[in-house]
Amino acid sequence: MSVDTQEKNQKLKKRITIRFAGDSGDGIQLTGSQFTSTTAVFGNDLSTFPDYPAEIRAPAGTLFGVSGFQIQFSSDNVHTPGDDSDVLIAMNPAALKVSLSTLKENGIIIVNKDSFTTRNLKLAGYDENPLEDRSLDGYQVFDVPITTLTRESLIDSPLTSKEKDRCKNFFALGVAYWMFTRPMDTTLEWIKAKFKNKPDIIEANSQALNAGYSYALSTEIFTTSYHIEQAKVDPGIYRNITGNEAIVLGLITAAKKASLELFMGGYPITPASDILHYMAKYRNYDVKTFQAEDEIAGVGAAIGASYAGALGVTASSGPGIALKGEFLGYAVMMELPLVAINIQRGGPSTGLPTKTEQADLFQALYGRNGEAPIPVVAAQSPADCFDAAYEAAKISVQFSTPVFLLSDGYIANGAEPWLIPDPDKIDEIKVRYADPNKEYQPYLRDPETLSRHLSIPGTKGHEHRLGGLEKEDISGNVSYDPDNHDKMVRLREEKVNKIRDFVEDPQMDGQEQGDLLIITWGSTYGTMRNVVDEMRKNGDSISWYHLRWINPLPQNLAKFIHNFKHVIIPELNMGQLIRVIRSEYLVDAKPINQVKGLPFSTNEVIDAIDEIMKGSNNA
Amino acid sequence: MPENVVANQNVSKLTKKDFTSDQEVRWCPGCGDYSILAQTQKVLPELGIPKENIVFVSGIGCSSRFPYYIDSFGIHGIHGRAPAIASGIKLANSDLKVFIVTGDGDGLSIGGNHLIHLFRRNLDVTVLLFNNRIYGLTKGQYSPTSERGKITKSSPYGSLENPFNPVKVALAAGATFVARSIDREPKHLADIIKRASEHTGTSFVEIYQNCNIFNDGTFGQLTDSKTKKDHVINMEDGKPYIFGSESDKVLAFENGQFHVEKYIESDSQIIHEPKKINTSIEFALAELTENEQLPAPIGVFKEEDKKTYDGLLIKQVNNVKEKQGSGDLKKLLFSGNTWEIK
Repeated sequence: MSVDTQEKNQKLKKRITIRFAGDSGDGIQLTGSQFTSTTAVFGNDLSTFPDYPAEIRAPAGTLFGVSGFQIQFSSDNVHTPGDDSDVLIAMNPAALKVSLSTLKENGIIIVNKDSFTTRNLKLAGYDENPLEDRSLDGYQVFDVPITTLTRESLIDSPLTSKEKDRCKNFFALGVAYWMFTRPMDTTLEWIKAKFKNKPDIIEANSQALNAGYSYALSTEIFTTSYHIEQAKVDPGIYRNITGNEAIVLGLITAAKKASLELFMGGYPITPASDILHYMAKYRNYDVKTFQAEDEIAGVGAAIGASYAGALGVTASSGPGIALKGEFLGYAVMMELPLVAINIQRGGPSTGLPTKTEQADLFQALYGRNGEAPIPVVAAQSPADCFDAAYEAAKISVQFSTPVFLLSDGYIANGAEPWLIPDPDKIDEIKVRYADPNKEYQPYLRDPETLSRHLSIPGTKGHEHRLGGLEKEDISGNVSYDPDNHDKMVRLREEKVNKIRDFVEDPQMDGQEQGDLLIITWGSTYGTMRNVVDEMRKNGDSISWYHLRWINPLPQNLAKFIHNFKHVIIPELNMGQLIRVIRSEYLVDAKPINQVKGLPFSTNEVIDAIDEIMKGSNNA
Repeated sequence: MPENVVANQNVSKLTKKDFTSDQEVRWCPGCGDYSILAQTQKVLPELGIPKENIVFVSGIGCSSRFPYYIDSFGIHGIHGRAPAIASGIKLANSDLKVFIVTGDGDGLSIGGNHLIHLFRRNLDVTVLLFNNRIYGLTKGQYSPTSERGKITKSSPYGSLENPFNPVKVALAAGATFVARSIDREPKHLADIIKRASEHTGTSFVEIYQNCNIFNDGTFGQLTDSKTKKDHVINMEDGKPYIFGSESDKVLAFENGQFHVEKYIESDSQIIHEPKKINTSIEFALAELTENEQLPAPIGVFKEEDKKTYDGLLIKQVNNVKEKQGSGDLKKLLFSGNTWEIK
């Protein structure tokens, strides 16, 4: 498609953030995903954040039914989906109402003018039509009659009126493609594949897309398009990936590298269900999925599968993890491999099922009776979920222990380009079983890892019995001996601590001494990257340490944490990691906490840091 | 012979002793569990399954100590959760012969949800539920199978709930093999355990087991030599429901219910046919224990051939492999829209 730019301006931009918003039924997630695919293939770096309402298909036009999709793309590196957006594409008044607060001053607003009916305005809580009452004077507003134009472009289509109206998201997408100088090929090909057996739908969606593009090209109201050049990133083959899909690929890769079948015991829960969905697709990768009758049965079956020689996995979110607590303690006692995944969401209780939080760290570290230590690793971005999942599985198998993998709603559903690793270059995982020709002692341990030697059913002569009762060192017999219990508790903890010898310490980003050290974990990584870059640009001296394994804590942190005048820990909770750091290192760390169901914005964190530094300097 | 369990013609001749572990048995002397253990150990060698392919899974309770006393692979799980663990084991390795040992509190209170879904799925495992109508290990609270009015430490004025009928629960949830036996009928018990073990699909055996410490004599009428002939019917394939000290009584089925008649030999007597699925008769037989005036049936209520969840899962995995090819990691990671940066 050639671009006729003779009569229009084209501006070169480094970075743009767009938010698409509309009803659940408007195809917002699809529109956003297509813009993402096109942008990725074009060669920009990007990050996305789907913002789902909790409701399934709320009544059209209501505030609580608004679905959002935000994408930041750039010719530079992108670390977050963006704090505020430069462009808002709102399909109805409710979407405008809900999303306007995320739009920058002088930002661009494209609305579907046709949806600004009296009824919809009322549903959205507008007394006056904002397109007419000058309340949007601080923005560049483009009120496009998208529904009308879509219908006109499909005048010859045999589809019903209702079906035609459902193509309006492709019209909007076409407008966006023109405005941001994107080719339409990727989406046209996707339409052909997606609606393969429905030629009328293919034709209509393609026509609507083209019509949107042509309209933007020809109409006088759009005077400027924007161009973002390709990003300079590491060479290699890329694909877009969400955190949940990356977890699944990481686990399948680990299972293959360990020559184990993968067994997923799960139960539906937002936002972890995608993991069960993806797993269920990959039967041919020796993946068995078991949609259990409840959360407890999900983890119990995974433990049974690990006992029988598979790699057992269970995935849930906070409320489901709460139910799994007894079985997780049981897996500690049995010392069996298990990957327990928590896609954290807003809590307590049912809380905010579709929003993000980092408030389950204590649950992962401490959420069981007795002394029941479980290693904890946290993923930092959608693409990083692959490495985090692979590593969690590897440690689980090598140490014969349950391992917690923490993600959250933000990175589970968000997407970014992923530099695909060559699977042939990923290490094999050696699984150590007891020698089948020797007498079996269940709790005889490998001296390097303190992992007990497993023997799985089917191994002749190794019949043995194990349970949740405390057992005697070496023999595994039930034991109530006080000294033995003390010994076994310490052995289990020592085993977990030995993991730090087998995983890489995170590297400090910055000096190992100075005025300010920021410590973070999990999905705040992208925002902190922006914060650190911004503060350094402003001349501030700042060091940044992003934790990956939280239990055990890394070895190198103790060497330099005391070298800083200030230690600040931003978290999307009321202070969980900070309590661990304070108790472990006895530093007077300061918190930055937020529990809004939303990720931090860069400016919020910078302002909070300035406030803390200013306050302490005056003290 | 279960189709999923490898019958090894070369398996060395096993005896009861081969299945006796080195652990000291810690049940109370006189506990009915001893009999169940002995009969199970007697049956295991007769199944023709290599010892290393047998796994016992239990929950928490007196019955759940069982795996420690069988010399096979075994897991002592957590309260009520044996079916979950057993499901994972069977699905991960369907060549294994998996037994679940549970009790009335473990299996029907905290574990009730797991049990009914196990039945629904028809996983190929054998469930032995020891029913003593009491929480024994926690020293004497009424259980989900205790009769209404039961006086215990937690119900000093009598329990208020109606009890579960375990056989009815199993029938309603779709178990494909449902049976009952009694700890003090060793030959019958051994036969039932063997038959249950050889069934493909979920087998459920309720075993009336006496807790001589906290609920002694709860099945006294059924086990006392003076009364049992009038209070127990041994259901035998192809035979009428004859009972009585002189075999002079018979059950007749009328209007969806059984009642007692004087036995007169004739061709019009209803006969026991557990493989002929008849829901009305199954439930009517199961309900007999809810009326003290009627005899309690022991034996097989139902035996049905049905596809198993584990069999279907393996078939599905193999079908997907056949259609899509065994999974190649490179293909997996590089799937979807990819693009190259030079």
